[in-house]
Amino acid sequence: MTYFADVATLTRKDLKVELRARDTLPAMLLFVLSTLVVFRFALPEGTSDDAAYGLLWVAIVFTALLGLARAWVPEQEHGVLDGLVLAPCDRSAIWLGKTLATLAFLVAAQVVALPAFVLFFAPLDLTALAGIALADVGICAVGSLMAAMAAAGRARELLLPLLVLPLAVPLVVGGVGAAISPDGERYLLLLALYDGVFAVLSWASFEYVVTE
Amino acid sequence: MIRARGIEKRYGRKRVLNGIDLDVASGGFMLVTGSNGSGKTTLLRVVAGLAAPTRGTLEVDVDRARLGFLSHEPLVYRELSALENLELFGRLYRVHERRERIGMLLGRFGLWEARGERVSTYSRGMVQRLALCRALLHDPDLLVLDEPYSALDEQGAELLDRELDELVGRHTLVVSTHDPRRLARLATGRLALA
Repeated sequence: MTYFADVATLTRKDLKVELRARDTLPAMLLFVLSTLVVFRFALPEGTSDDAAYGLLWVAIVFTALLGLARAWVPEQEHGVLDGLVLAPCDRSAIWLGKTLATLAFLVAAQVVALPAFVLFFAPLDLTALAGIALADVGICAVGSLMAAMAAAGRARELLLPLLVLPLAVPLVVGGVGAAISPDGERYLLLLALYDGVFAVLSWASFEYVVTE
Repeated sequence: MIRARGIEKRYGRKRVLNGIDLDVASGGFMLVTGSNGSGKTTLLRVVAGLAAPTRGTLEVDVDRARLGFLSHEPLVYRELSALENLELFGRLYRVHERRERIGMLLGRFGLWEARGERVSTYSRGMVQRLALCRALLHDPDLLVLDEPYSALDEQGAELLDRELDELVGRHTLVVSTHDPRRLARLATGRLALA
């Protein structure tokens, strides 16, 4: 129970820091909405819904990337990550707290973005929504680890997309598949499997990422 | 409490520490001195467990729950207040009677009045005082302090003098400084890095 109390403490702290700084969520909202508006006018009339679902995933992945790029900035300022690493809590709790906070920001951005997508492009059924939810978990789990790795390096902004985008390909395949395939449940299974495997890998390897 | 033999630390090709031996008994006060770039900060990070030595052996007979670390950086969130920062670390360190302990430290370091203000509004000296509160919050057995007097005004430095006077003997301390004269009277050992 102590582990989950630590995770809750760390997640609450991230949400509080964001509420004060307002650095990440407004940028994510602005980006995802403006991307959807640009796509709305860029796509010619009569374009199939399948293309629109693909573009939705471009918007989701890059919005998540924007959130992830900012994820560890509060810890980099004033070197707080060292303070967290020295605390006697399990170090994976730091990763899990950050993953949950990033997930909360991404879901908040999607609460606005998905109705806009439905308004501009095409409907989203339950399978498509489940695909988005599962992909959100995957990209935040892997992305929080990769963002911590990138934050330790000098070229954070350059390194993060290079690390995250190749790992996000299965999520895009699964997410688009869940939205357009008549056999969408198979893609949900793929996403759930991805989430399980990569969440465990990220959870287990975080400790080695944050110590020299 | 600390026993290091032949500690070497490299970052790429650059060798920052070279064959350092260090012995600090329980209750001892080790003063680490040296010019800029001599490796004081790296040695203290190694002792604190934040960096692993490239070569050599290091034994620190204290759990990380009982270690307090003051770095060049204050290790506190800019967007949180002093109270919120200490509350966060107090929870993570499972400090008993957390509120009382936090109130006592904030009062002792002259931050009680500013406890609800965001750290981003603090002066550098106030941030350093808060960093000291954070390092002492869980009453650690081993205190590793990297340049604790930096950014403190004379009043803050005197406060720290008094705090260290109280800690000496009861706690084990490893302190790096550019001004060894200030701490020489307390030190039981000295390591000069070249």
